[in-house]
Amino acid sequence: MALLSCEELAVGYEGRILVKDIGFSVNAGDYLCIVGENGSGKTTLMKTLLGLRPPLGGRIARGEGLSGGQIGYLPQKSDIQRDFPASVREIVLSGCLGRCGLHRFFRRADRERAAAAMEKMQIGELAGRSFRELSGGQQHRVLLARALCASEQLLLLDEPVSGLDPQMSAKMYRLIEKLNRESGVAVIMITHDIAAALAYATHILHVGSHLFFGTREEYIAREYPQGAPEYRDILPGGEERA
Amino acid sequence: MRELFERLIQAFEFPFVRYALIVGVLIALCASLLGVTLVLKRFSFIGDGLSHVAFGAMAVAAVLQVSDSLPLIMAVTVLSAVLLLRTGQNSKIRGDAAVAMLSVGALAIGYLLLHIFPVLSNISGDVCGTLFGSASILTLRAGEVWFCLAFSALVLALFILFYNRLFAITFDEDFARATGTRVGLYNLLLAVLIAVVIVLAMNLVGSLLISALIVFPALSAMRLFSTFRAVTIFSAVLSVLCAVVGLLVAILAGTPVGPTVVAADIAAFAVCSLVGLLRRA
Repeated sequence: MALLSCEELAVGYEGRILVKDIGFSVNAGDYLCIVGENGSGKTTLMKTLLGLRPPLGGRIARGEGLSGGQIGYLPQKSDIQRDFPASVREIVLSGCLGRCGLHRFFRRADRERAAAAMEKMQIGELAGRSFRELSGGQQHRVLLARALCASEQLLLLDEPVSGLDPQMSAKMYRLIEKLNRESGVAVIMITHDIAAALAYATHILHVGSHLFFGTREEYIAREYPQGAPEYRDILPGGEERA
Repeated sequence: MRELFERLIQAFEFPFVRYALIVGVLIALCASLLGVTLVLKRFSFIGDGLSHVAFGAMAVAAVLQVSDSLPLIMAVTVLSAVLLLRTGQNSKIRGDAAVAMLSVGALAIGYLLLHIFPVLSNISGDVCGTLFGSASILTLRAGEVWFCLAFSALVLALFILFYNRLFAITFDEDFARATGTRVGLYNLLLAVLIAVVIVLAMNLVGSLLISALIVFPALSAMRLFSTFRAVTIFSAVLSVLCAVVGLLVAILAGTPVGPTVVAADIAAFAVCSLVGLLRRA
């Protein structure tokens, strides 16, 4: 059974449909990149998948274990208040709330999960620091650690490298790739960066001018009939990849 | 100095002074705790709007000559809080405009009613008292103190119980909702708690000055601290301190209680801002 799948899904605002007839499914270990022009409805699609907006048509099905909201989400950076007084630990721990159920307070297991997530994101030493004093790249990793606390099965990332310099972007991509390959976390990522999409994704969903869903190879065959360049090489920091 | 101390001891022999201090501390504590969340959620204006609604409800209670007006005022204010939250979410009228409408509307209608139905012998005096809390905290009866005690305990208990959830919906509502937190429910809880605190605080500082109790301690704490827990704790401590100092000064110097407490909050904010600036420099 797929972790997440949708059929004939239509998404949009206030009854106005932005994209319709979306169909795809994500299985354990998949890495799906959503690409498309600005304003084509990528973020709206993601918010609909998360249950933040009602679908305007079609169906979304969640696999077992995801029904209770156990999806990790990395929102677009602009959705977070820049000057919010909170420590890294407080923010990462808040990712565990979804699995607390009726428990009102965090338990030891939650704290250990948060610590492990911070370790994975290489921000363990920042735990006591204030979020607003961190660099952009560090803030992104804090939010990714929070998403990781919410789910080890499926992460939805909305432009996880926006506003980062090339080196930080490369580092972020590598961290996400590591989660996907080594920990088996399925990833759905919105990106503007077609090079990154082709380098990391197993599947690609294109919304906007035309609708496409298929594997990376199918996408390349369709969009680059003369053969795609080796995108992995042009990524900054690509040489560090193992 | 000695003389001042003796006057203070003397003052505490009156039960109404002790009541005032107890109620003042509780209200300041509750207002500052919720204040942190309200300020960070950009909800400060809702507190202001609701306080005017509470004034309107008070006027209606006076005109109807309800003997125990507090429950009526509480009900009307809580209802308005719920309505405001709803309009803020799915709105033809934008949230802030709805608050402005409700707030000035309640103020105007309230004063108008008091004029048309002259039940109060000294309208301008009583209205001034309700708006600026001139002396009402010094006329509390034991029943009102218990009422206040019970509601403050409720606010405190709910705040502590749902602290982690309130943090989550304050920091990032979308994430909280996506990961299964019932955001609507907790927003509702927040609105009801604010309404309760505002009605209680009308006794201390009057309905025009309530926002000061909500925003100043939180803003002061944010100048100095940068984790949510530290900001929450410090704003609570600061708020209680300012309430005590303000009350004592008001009693000793004979100044109106509400404005004196608020002045203490403003002074604390100035000090915190200065220390914050110096620390950064």
